[in-house]
Amino acid sequence: MASILLVLLILAFVLREAAPLLRTYSLGRFLGGTRWNPTLPSPAGPEFGLLPNLWGSVLVTAGSIAIALPLALATAVFIGEIAGRRLRDVLKPTIELLATVPSVALGFVGTVAVSPLVKAVFDLDTGKSAMVGSIMLAFMAVPTIATISEDAIAAVPRAYRDGSLALGATRWQGIWSVVLPAARPGIVAGIMLGVGRAIGETMVVIMVTGNAGVLPDHGLWYAFTHAVRTITGTIGAEALEVAHGGPHYRALFMLGVVLFVITVSLNLIADLALNRQPRRTLQ
Amino acid sequence: MGQAFGLRATLIGALGAAIGLSGCAKPEPGSSSTARLGPTSAASLQIKGSDTLVQLAQVWAEAFVRSHRAATVTVTGGGSNTGIMALIHGGADICNSSRPIAPSETAAARARGVEPTEFVVARDALAIVVHPGNPITDLTLAQLKRIFTARVTNWRELGGHDEAIVINSRETTAGTYVFFQEHVLDSERYAVTALLLPSSSEIVRNVAQDRGGIGYVGIGYVSDQVRIIRLRRDAASPAVAPNARNVRNGTYPLARPLFEYAAGDPTKIERMWLDWVMGPEGQAIVARLGFVPVRWSGG
Repeated sequence: MASILLVLLILAFVLREAAPLLRTYSLGRFLGGTRWNPTLPSPAGPEFGLLPNLWGSVLVTAGSIAIALPLALATAVFIGEIAGRRLRDVLKPTIELLATVPSVALGFVGTVAVSPLVKAVFDLDTGKSAMVGSIMLAFMAVPTIATISEDAIAAVPRAYRDGSLALGATRWQGIWSVVLPAARPGIVAGIMLGVGRAIGETMVVIMVTGNAGVLPDHGLWYAFTHAVRTITGTIGAEALEVAHGGPHYRALFMLGVVLFVITVSLNLIADLALNRQPRRTLQ
Repeated sequence: MGQAFGLRATLIGALGAAIGLSGCAKPEPGSSSTARLGPTSAASLQIKGSDTLVQLAQVWAEAFVRSHRAATVTVTGGGSNTGIMALIHGGADICNSSRPIAPSETAAARARGVEPTEFVVARDALAIVVHPGNPITDLTLAQLKRIFTARVTNWRELGGHDEAIVINSRETTAGTYVFFQEHVLDSERYAVTALLLPSSSEIVRNVAQDRGGIGYVGIGYVSDQVRIIRLRRDAASPAVAPNARNVRNGTYPLARPLFEYAAGDPTKIERMWLDWVMGPEGQAIVARLGFVPVRWSGG
């Protein structure tokens, strides 16, 4: 209850700071705006378009989950179903340790190592791209998805596995056709929390994505291999440097409202998914 | 970077927290203000702002505390806006800025009872840098504008290699971004494809990596990994390199003053700092770091 109240209070505060923007800048222009030029001088004046920021966040996050999901799922299956107890006791803390790498360090690795590599491999004009952002965020999402998925797999009742073996299925068939489907709600929850982790990450995306507010007008692959601008990157790069209470400041809070709605929705979906999990023991 | 951090003048990036260790108290030697610091070190100075000025201010701070034993100076970067905001909200005693304070900021400061006092502490040439492999040696301001507004997207169109142009800029809230937009782009929009990078050193690093790269940085940031472009005011003018001589004689088109602002009348320690910075020692450091000294006006 207290936590719900806290979340509502945060929302109320962010909304209170954001709302006055609408006196000078229409909601339609914000939601449908295709340009983010918060410091553009008159006559055109500042432009606070949500779309380039939202697009970049969605693209980088989707990319990171596409990269992280197979890795995380394979890891979870290996730890939960295949590895012996001793190996599991080593692997699980190691995966969780990955989650503790500070994002600044990841961003730096992205800048000096991953960017040039991606640039060389795909022959790009510059290493600053959505793809590098996705790769770095995948590092952050893997531990989240893997740990929660592994818990879900461990929670699948033993009778399911025994039953599938008794019916003549191989171990792999049992994992693929019985255990994973039974653990699906938990895995979905893990993915949602991984998405939440990725979409909320700030430092890494500021450092490696290039922060160019481009919309996808040359196809998905082109967009993925070029620079993008994310909601968190925009807030992170500009929030400390705006006139308190000015339109730019309010526009950043507007972005915050959008981000807030997205992450709360993701957490809700994760919660609902977890409640549909057949349980043996699940903390 | 590659400079040793001084013991009692600490530089931090936008990512850390500052710790200034104050030394033993000693009556400070002749500064033009007759302030004498007492044995208790209440003299700490928070300096925040422009990324262009942060290295210079750090070296200043190291030298300043060597001759002012009781002073503690903390220098932080983060951008001109950050510094000006900090000055207005009391988070800094002095702010570094690579652009003049805007009327709206002055108004915001006055609303909080702060009167920003302006000091031109150095001059800078904004250098245009490209990848060393780029054959182009000079550009006109008009060509520069066409590049940064993406009216030209390939170096071939300017007589260079067949290579897509990669635009490197600072982020929208940087003083240098605003300066370049006003003086080169005539206040038009930057190309949406422009990379907005969090620091000048990041621009240099990126331009050094990308064969089609171009970017702008303060002259103090130029390294041998990138090549400087000479600028022409128009097609008929001579191509001018960004250096101290050309800034002084007014021929380099992208020269700019660099500012420090104090809140209201400078306090004793702020006054000492500003006098020292504008004096021979401070200005010698300005020259040593590749910036252009301003004539010392005695405050």
